[in-house]
Amino acid sequence: MQKLTASTRLDATFAALADPTRRAILARLASGEASVAELAEPFDMSQPAISKHLKVLERAGLISIGQDAQRRPRKLEPQKLEEAVHWIERYREIWEQNYQRLDALLDELKAKPAAAKRKRKK
Amino acid sequence: MPKPLEVTLPSDREVRVVRSFNAARELVWDAHTKPELMQKWCLGPPGWSMPVCEMDVRVGGAYRWRWKSDEDGAEFGFYGTFSEVKAPSKLAHDQYYDPGDMDYAMPVGDPCLVTLELSEQAGVTTLVCTMKFATEKARDEAVSTGMTDGMEIGYARIDEMFNPKAA
Repeated sequence: MQKLTASTRLDATFAALADPTRRAILARLASGEASVAELAEPFDMSQPAISKHLKVLERAGLISIGQDAQRRPRKLEPQKLEEAVHWIERYREIWEQNYQRLDALLDELKAKPAAAKRKRKK
Repeated sequence: MPKPLEVTLPSDREVRVVRSFNAARELVWDAHTKPELMQKWCLGPPGWSMPVCEMDVRVGGAYRWRWKSDEDGAEFGFYGTFSEVKAPSKLAHDQYYDPGDMDYAMPVGDPCLVTLELSEQAGVTTLVCTMKFATEKARDEAVSTGMTDGMEIGYARIDEMFNPKAA
């Protein structure tokens, strides 16, 4: 049903970012890689529960598994996050542009009504 | 100066956009309910236009909006029915996504309930637009396409992400 376009790939990224635990995991990983056990500890969650979140993050490409075969530490993939930020920024700009056009239109409308109501200018 | 666009997630299924305008709310209302005005500002990115803007602004009245890219002719739109019309303070409608020829994976089927509320104080109108999605998943998908009004959302999320105390 879905084509694998930039936007659908980003869907997975944003779905992953939508959960507060997963955001907290990313915040933790922003300060360095960590094993599943290390991640489970501060969140007061079982390792299986944390593993589930980690899978979602992995699938979205936001994290990867580090070199150490024993610890299998998770690490942040900042590039993916940047892609998401870039996307958001683009659309924030679009809406800001919409609203700036609306600002201009409102200024125009404010200037008009008195003149338009009483006299019809040619 | 109007405050910048502000976006929050008041609940699992909602996105809220707040923006203020230096104008009476009757004008902001007109800009959202008169097609000839809406087509002047609600255009999206450069190179897009809004060729279809039909609105029967009354309870039970239908609307249809469509945007078109000048570059490749791609189109998408929204349509639905007004459920609440209280000029100039409150407008509510359901919103169905019409993907046209865009390949955005936005949910098609479940409508989103959009509520626009306008309040005025000392000549400044504050617009609060709340989009309530059928499910949390639908919201996140819509947000991720960036084609809803919730564009700044991810910013808040990412700020939060790197500031876990606020999360």
